[in-house]
Amino acid sequence: MFSNVAELIALTEEHSCSIAEIMIRQEMEVSGKSREQIREQMSRNLDVMEKAVERGLNGVKSHSGLTGGDAVKMRQYLAEGNGLSGYPVLDAVSKAVATNEVNAAMGLICATPTAGSSGVIPGVLFALVDRLRPTRDEMIDFLFTSGAFGMVVANNASISGAAGGCQAEVGSATGMAAASIVALAGGTPEQSSTAMAIALKNLLGLVCDPVAGLVEVPCVKRNAMGAAIAMVAADMALAGITSAIPCDEVIEAMYRIGQAMPIALRETAQGGLADTPTGRRLKKEILDSEGSAANLEND
Amino acid sequence: MKYRSVFDVIGPIMVGPSSSHTAGAAKIGRLARSIFGKQPDKVVLSLYGSFAGTYKGHATDVALIAGLLGYETDDPRLPQSAQYAKEAGMEVVLRTEEAIPEHPNTVRISMQVGAEVMEVVGISVGGGNVELCELNGFQLGLSGECPAILIINHDRYGIIARVTQILSEQHVNIGNMKVSRKEKGKMALMVIETDEMISGSIIDRIRQLEGVDRVLSMED
Repeated sequence: MFSNVAELIALTEEHSCSIAEIMIRQEMEVSGKSREQIREQMSRNLDVMEKAVERGLNGVKSHSGLTGGDAVKMRQYLAEGNGLSGYPVLDAVSKAVATNEVNAAMGLICATPTAGSSGVIPGVLFALVDRLRPTRDEMIDFLFTSGAFGMVVANNASISGAAGGCQAEVGSATGMAAASIVALAGGTPEQSSTAMAIALKNLLGLVCDPVAGLVEVPCVKRNAMGAAIAMVAADMALAGITSAIPCDEVIEAMYRIGQAMPIALRETAQGGLADTPTGRRLKKEILDSEGSAANLEND
Repeated sequence: MKYRSVFDVIGPIMVGPSSSHTAGAAKIGRLARSIFGKQPDKVVLSLYGSFAGTYKGHATDVALIAGLLGYETDDPRLPQSAQYAKEAGMEVVLRTEEAIPEHPNTVRISMQVGAEVMEVVGISVGGGNVELCELNGFQLGLSGECPAILIINHDRYGIIARVTQILSEQHVNIGNMKVSRKEKGKMALMVIETDEMISGSIIDRIRQLEGVDRVLSMED
């Protein structure tokens, strides 16, 4: 089993195969399942992601009313030929937002690596369909590549906002996505590692400060930016730019930053944006107005 | 290493918005129902800590009800579980408690069918992982990840030996075992997690042992 990115890259060189292939072989060994079963399970995840993107692009609204409809606005803006950042980036943004809006609206999503950061990876993947024309198998491989980098982060740092802040959720997702974009675009495993390092470096220190404790504000927009950063980081790595700090050391830094982060900024809804005048007002409005599914009986 | 499968980071498929407050809550509800062995006519959900503070936005109550109806975390009926509970004749009472729990995401679930009542306490520990930590006042440490039987028995010598003897004869390997009691010489609880599913005939044999009051099995 690989325990860090350096070992993962070394394995691809030793076996002359892709990162996705190393991940699949390891999964076969650990789970005892066949290659077909494992690919089938990932294929079901891909189906859920595709449906969530579609649903979000058609417009959803969360129960609290805080989020929903932004994916539609971005589609409209793109359809009108606007867009200064370039089509693929904004396409990825719209699809990441779509997924997280569906999550906030209690729709069906695939956690990548968490529910709160579930937009980044499907966002960039479905945005690259037009540009790179991947086969279904290549799309499934994309998710195995993401999973390989995600496992390294999960085992060496964290993928939990309560443990490491948003850098651990959207940060991890963005690094995973950047690495997978490089692989899909034909880059080397080393370039994937660089893309992850560049992406993650730019999200280090990001706190988890959700308004009213909901997975909505600022989570949806952080997924949007995660998708954009993933695309740019992948382009930088593909251009041959390298990272002065190796990927594994960036992950280590992320872990230590998470440890040093105050509790108020780790998914407790006590600090940051949650503790702004507007954040507090929104919380009061939402909690006062919303009923409960059951009969509430306060002792 | 904590994470061994790629599907721990790409997955699970779930109804949003939170892996701990929604998917985890649904798992606790499902686990409680599974121990109770049937659908309750009435449930009382007492929410503590972060569950009490943020349940509305995370639909923690809705997810708990869904679990108690036997739904999985990805069941499309989950958001409408309160309606389905009503249709199924399951009465739900929700309470928010002020007491500070040991773990921030804690729920106490009381389930009732006629005169039969069972109370469990569950916690959602993150990433959709959960634990049932109390059953009718007995300490418990059940994750629901493997098959298990729970035996309520009179607290006297030899009962543990007779139970494990039956499992050994049937070649059932015990992965984890815990015994607890509230008071010496009264009633005790034995929790046995096993590698294989335990058949109904084995459970019947344990049920017939002298001193055994009740046997509950975790059905899938």
